[in-house]
Amino acid sequence: MDLTVFWFILIAVLFTGFFFLEGFDFGVGMSTRLIAKNKNERNQLMSTIGPFWDANEVWLITAGGALFAAFPSWYATMFSGYYTLFVIFLLVLIARGVAIEYSHHTHTDKYINYWHWLIFGSSALAPFLLGMLFTSLVQGMPIDKDMHLFGTFTDYVNVYSVVGGVAVMLLSLVHGLTFIGIRTEGVVRERARQMLSKLFIVLLAGEVVFAVLTYTSTDFFTVRPVATPVFLAITVACTLLAWAFATKKKESIAFTMTGLAFASVVIMLFVGLFPRVMISSIDPAFNLTIDNASSGDYTLSVMTKISVVLLPFVLGYQIWSYYIFRKRIHPTKK
Amino acid sequence: MDVLELARVQYALTTIFHFFFVPLSIGTIFIVAIFETMYLFKKKEEYLRMAKFWGKIFLLSFAIGVVTGILQEFQFGMNWSEYSRFMGDVFGAPLAVEALLAFFMESTFIGVWMFGRGKLPDWVITVSAWLVSIGTLLSALWILAANSFMQEPVGFEIQDGKAVLTDFMALLTNPQLQVEFPHTVFGALATGAFVIGGISAYNLLKKKDVEFFKTSFNISMIVAAIASLAIAFSGHAQAKHLMDSQPMKMAASEALWDDSEDPAAWTILAIGDQQEEKNTWNIDLPFALSYLAYGEFSGSVEGMKTLQAKYEEKYGEGVDYIPPVWPVFWSFRIMAGFGGVMLVLSILGLWFGNRRKGILATPTWFLRTMMFAMAAPFIANTAGWIMTEIGRQPWTVFGYYTTAQSVSPNVSMGQLLFSTISFSTAYVILAIIMIYMVARVAKQGPSIIDTAPKQENVDLMDKEAFK
Ligand code: HDD
Ligand code: HEM
Ligand code: HEM
Repeated sequence: MDLTVFWFILIAVLFTGFFFLEGFDFGVGMSTRLIAKNKNERNQLMSTIGPFWDANEVWLITAGGALFAAFPSWYATMFSGYYTLFVIFLLVLIARGVAIEYSHHTHTDKYINYWHWLIFGSSALAPFLLGMLFTSLVQGMPIDKDMHLFGTFTDYVNVYSVVGGVAVMLLSLVHGLTFIGIRTEGVVRERARQMLSKLFIVLLAGEVVFAVLTYTSTDFFTVRPVATPVFLAITVACTLLAWAFATKKKESIAFTMTGLAFASVVIMLFVGLFPRVMISSIDPAFNLTIDNASSGDYTLSVMTKISVVLLPFVLGYQIWSYYIFRKRIHPTKK
Repeated sequence: MDVLELARVQYALTTIFHFFFVPLSIGTIFIVAIFETMYLFKKKEEYLRMAKFWGKIFLLSFAIGVVTGILQEFQFGMNWSEYSRFMGDVFGAPLAVEALLAFFMESTFIGVWMFGRGKLPDWVITVSAWLVSIGTLLSALWILAANSFMQEPVGFEIQDGKAVLTDFMALLTNPQLQVEFPHTVFGALATGAFVIGGISAYNLLKKKDVEFFKTSFNISMIVAAIASLAIAFSGHAQAKHLMDSQPMKMAASEALWDDSEDPAAWTILAIGDQQEEKNTWNIDLPFALSYLAYGEFSGSVEGMKTLQAKYEEKYGEGVDYIPPVWPVFWSFRIMAGFGGVMLVLSILGLWFGNRRKGILATPTWFLRTMMFAMAAPFIANTAGWIMTEIGRQPWTVFGYYTTAQSVSPNVSMGQLLFSTISFSTAYVILAIIMIYMVARVAKQGPSIIDTAPKQENVDLMDKEAFK
């Protein structure tokens, strides 16, 4: 296999892993205001992601590093082209990281409450912004012949990208609620289930709207006439299954299903992009592709060797850490 | 101010801010890991309390190190897109390895270390602390490999106007990295040690938890003294190396406009004018520059005017190769000056600490000085980076790519203003919160970890929570 193809796949895998993992901790963050009624319950919820959320975020950092290393022009065009969006996204991540960590070290109820509001807001905004980023990216952006992206407001914010943002936010929330289902005990677990049963309807509706808009706003159905509908169908099917299993209190399976639904959306986007990495709305000749945006063969082969050696270790100790912190978190009575 | 200048201001603010927390995290987790190890072997509760208490300072620093680090990574693409295109092939590899090798390790084992106590055997917790520490050092190694490439490009060739890597190992054997990595890491260890020493001194002055803080103080002074010595040696090695690799930077750090006499005197202080290319006033220390540069008391050093002519021949005419001289000159003096102060203080600290076993073995004036000395390593670190990075101007990649070429062409003044203002505001807020939190931990002392905070229904350090 060509190394550029391998790295495209690896980046897709890193982003999929990121959404699967950080997706649920975004969701748990949002749930703190939706299903928890008081500070104790909020703390109980945050404890479910305590040992994990930072490592989950490193998936994004690694994806960014891999993008820089394997496709420097993709990295350069996307990050400078989406300047304002990234500024807001970074501010949101700063707020979120500090709020999660510092709420452990804060003692007065008032300030803990502020941190929890920050956690809620940033956990909702972050997936929304990422959803906007990816949907507007696959729609095509005004990229000129020098690979420079000069966009206007509506290139970033339009019906499709807002729907994409909301879809990613909802997916995160649902995924987070199923995670709460497997990691908690007591009243929040029950409330998560109740909330899920209502949310699944909204999510399914959102997925259908998203599918229709993908048809009208992108060329994915012409470029990938089979894969696009198949992955969209998998998303819907997994959502339905998750719904069924959540109702039956088979929470682990429900969690796997919401994760798969999420992953399948992300994979659909990357499959539709391939072999392009950024689509130019000015002229297809200006598209960035895995060939004209990539690093040299030598760099790619060195990095391939390194990542093939390192990834098993990384995955190994991450799985181990999920294993040692697998027990349910109980509410404390006081 | 134009887009380029504003992008530089923003870059400088962001990186300097990141580098307040980086050395603090690297230094404190190293010392915390030492306490964990002492607890493991001696089983004295007191060491466990030290690991937990200083671990709190580490966690406060780490949280901000992480969030500002993400900004670091993204800003290359955002503000310096042309640089990223030019350098991606070379820079991307260490950055990706850093993430895979170091960041995953840090973030996963920090979770195990924080939440695993009581659930897992003690040795696992100790090993986790060391893995976090090793993670921070590995991350320093890889990012500094990238930075060293910018100072001294190696193992690459230019193809179609881009740097293309041809020898990965050359990045790691880069002579610049061999002097830059130890200097930076020892600077970081000294930072952690001075902060722990300073907070201990504060509490000793208050006569609070005397035994606890006395032990902490003594151990931190051992680390501080070793690190300060190593900083001085590695700094000297850096200066010598600069003479070959970036003579212009060295000359600028000496405000040496014309070639020096033989032997060369070291300019201690000077006032001058960049436009007129001369100093109007200076005090010199005979022989010292020859020694700093060549390790012997003879030899002339080339001045900036000679070097400008040489660089023009080599890299093309019409470019001013002289960096902003005064920031480089003064930052070098500030760094080295504080380096000297830190060395003296840490050796005094060692001596006072071990002299007698009595409580007041350490005089009050010294403890008070150590409180203020907490600021010294931060100032020296910042000054060191200012010298290194501004001294490299006008290049981003020395000899190949200039700062003016590096900036993103599609980012507007308005966008940059928006980002600079919002990031700076965020930094101010973060700094205030951080200082407030650290001060509270420092004031309350170790009792903060004995009484689990009331509001935490799930005590994260308690194994009962995970039943
Ligand atoms: C000498 C060491 C050093 C230097 C020069 C830098 N960093 Fe850094 N960075 C670290 C040492 C470090 C660390 C010790 O590993 C940190 C700081 C404290 C911490 O929390 O982890 C970290 C955190 C950190 C993170 C978050 C990691 C995580 O989530 O665990 C990122 C993405 C970066 N850094 C990226 C950068 C980039 C792109 C830099 C170049 C301008 C940079 N850092 C300079
Ligand atoms: C691997 C690590 C680093 C890389 C790749 C890097 C890269 C760069 C780049 C691309 C610039 C160009 C912008 C400019 O010249 O203004 C720059 C400048 C600068 N960097 Fe770094 N840097 C690194 C580490 C650091 C650190 C850790 C600090 C200090 C905390 C630092 C301080 C600065 C400063 C102060 C400037 C501004 C110079 C000026 O405005 O003239 N750098 N660096
Ligand atoms: C004792 C006297 C010292 C000397 C002679 C010295 C020398 C140097 C030199 C020559 C450089 C520039 C290297 C380059 O541009 O390639 C440098 C950079 C630096 N210094 Fe120092 N230094 C001293 C003390 C300190 C202290 C006390 C600290 C912090 C605690 C410190 C932290 C740094 C840092 C962070 C850099 C930038 C990274 C690097 O290039 O290594 N230095 N130092």
